[in-house]
Amino acid sequence: MDEDRRPLSFWLLGAFFLLFVVFLYGPTLTILVLSFQGPEGGLTFPLRGVSTHWYEMLWRGAGVIDIWASFRRSLRLGIVVMVLTTVISLLAGYAFRRRFPGQGLLFNLTIASLIVPSIVVSLGIALEFRLLDDAVKAFAEENGVEWLSEGYATAMGLFTSGLGAHLTWTLPFGLLIMFAVFNRFPNNLEEAARDLGASPWQVFQHVVLPLVAPSLVGVALFGFTLSWDEIARTSQAIGDANTLPLELQGLTSTVTTPEIYALGTVVTGVSVLVIALAFLGVSMARRRAAKRVLG
Amino acid sequence: MSSSPPDRRPMGRPVAPLLQAAPLALVLLLFFVFPLLATAVVSLWNYTEYSLVPDVTSRNYVEMFEGCSDFSEGLCTTFGTYLSTLRLCAIVWAVTTLFGFGIAYFLAFHIRSDTVRMALFLVCTAPFLTSNVIRMISWLPLLGREGVVNQFLVGTGLVDQPQDWLLFSDFSVVLAFVHLYTLFVTVPVFNSMMRIDRRLLEAAQDAGASGWQTLRHVVIPLTKPGLVIGSIFVIVLVMGDFVTIGVMGGQQIASIGKVIQVQMSYLQFPAAAAQAVVLLGLVLLVIAVMTKLIDIRREL
Repeated sequence: MDEDRRPLSFWLLGAFFLLFVVFLYGPTLTILVLSFQGPEGGLTFPLRGVSTHWYEMLWRGAGVIDIWASFRRSLRLGIVVMVLTTVISLLAGYAFRRRFPGQGLLFNLTIASLIVPSIVVSLGIALEFRLLDDAVKAFAEENGVEWLSEGYATAMGLFTSGLGAHLTWTLPFGLLIMFAVFNRFPNNLEEAARDLGASPWQVFQHVVLPLVAPSLVGVALFGFTLSWDEIARTSQAIGDANTLPLELQGLTSTVTTPEIYALGTVVTGVSVLVIALAFLGVSMARRRAAKRVLG
Repeated sequence: MSSSPPDRRPMGRPVAPLLQAAPLALVLLLFFVFPLLATAVVSLWNYTEYSLVPDVTSRNYVEMFEGCSDFSEGLCTTFGTYLSTLRLCAIVWAVTTLFGFGIAYFLAFHIRSDTVRMALFLVCTAPFLTSNVIRMISWLPLLGREGVVNQFLVGTGLVDQPQDWLLFSDFSVVLAFVHLYTLFVTVPVFNSMMRIDRRLLEAAQDAGASGWQTLRHVVIPLTKPGLVIGSIFVIVLVMGDFVTIGVMGGQQIASIGKVIQVQMSYLQFPAAAAQAVVLLGLVLLVIAVMTKLIDIRREL
């Protein structure tokens, strides 16, 4: 191949690619800029002064419903989803390397969970919990369990229906990542360890885990960020306490100051921070893995 | 876990994998299978203003398609909603497929350094990990009546007055979908393209094929699995959507997802469930047709 002469298609597609990147990042950068306006600032250009006024407003929680409560809720939920996604995906990915009954069904269910429309999953979880609530109340009344019939409202909540809804969205991604990892996994290393007398647990602990650790960071990253931004599956299945993206969706039609841009920038900032941490984690895990193999 | 006694048995006994897969199976059973069953059952129930009535009735389905057999008055609401959602699907699918294919092609075949390729790939995919709602909000200062685009259009004299169709319109909805979902096509298509043996392209060239012929007869057929997976994602995401259509359409545009959401907010659970069952049926039909074309599991 001629290394120096680029075909016309290169330049055309290159220009298209560049435009697409601008299209992809331009709007987000726009609200980043607009969020730093002065107190007189409006929803669009021209910029009126430069200040951190809208961040101060946001920090005080003025003008916005208790946004920090939902911020903390989303953060807590995201961390729990992250941990569960990582552990469950690793275990399942490990299981899928061998044959077991129901393997095909479980795989298809996982894929189905990814592609069934989110509103259907969300509605289903809402109905499930409603039926559960009705059953509990009926049971309590029939059997005269007073503390239950009086104190019980609903089983729906952040860490029941909400957590479940998020896991149906994050686990398929986690499993697919683990599939990709184990498909490229050097099986001979495990065999060597087994030949040297390592127990299955030792093989897992000293061979498999260090090798897949960088990918686990990736799974964790997906687990957190997908949960942090999730809205469609959460919408019907969360009960009374909204997550941050749900509050944000509501704010789009009520807030008419750059405060919403400040909030948007903070939320995106959290995602960017987590992505950066993940990259750091991956490179550290890689370095450790390399050291183990070489040293 | 792996330290449990069953794992120490010789290979081939499936107890350890079963235990390892159990948490995933349990989560899917509780929060995916049961909910879908609940939806199917409740879609056959009756309801009053404040409660569900366990029953077997076709009421919800009948009401959903009420007046749909009579075309003299135009389409019934349900058919109208489905048609406009499908139309939106088709437009978004066409644009995202074209864009996604172009970007994946550029990355896979025009970038020569693996490091640069990986970096650019991440540039294209990283926004997936940020909030969709915020990415939608980001369009407001650009597309509004006083927005950047209108300022530019009026300023350069291209139009006399600010254009209203830029925001809270079909246009802004499609724009947001393309913005959000192109990467669902880019990633699987890129994945397929990276598996194409480069010698095939050289062979096609040596055999005298033009660039277009190579694209049409070599690259596109070999990229088909990626295109199918990407298409499934985009079609399903748009068909069930109510968030993007709501925010970018100014809550004015009808969609199937929106109907379900509204019925839920009026506590008409059985009616919403019937809508969900029909939507799910339609989605499964689309997927069944598309997966006839490829074997998904081989693509991982």
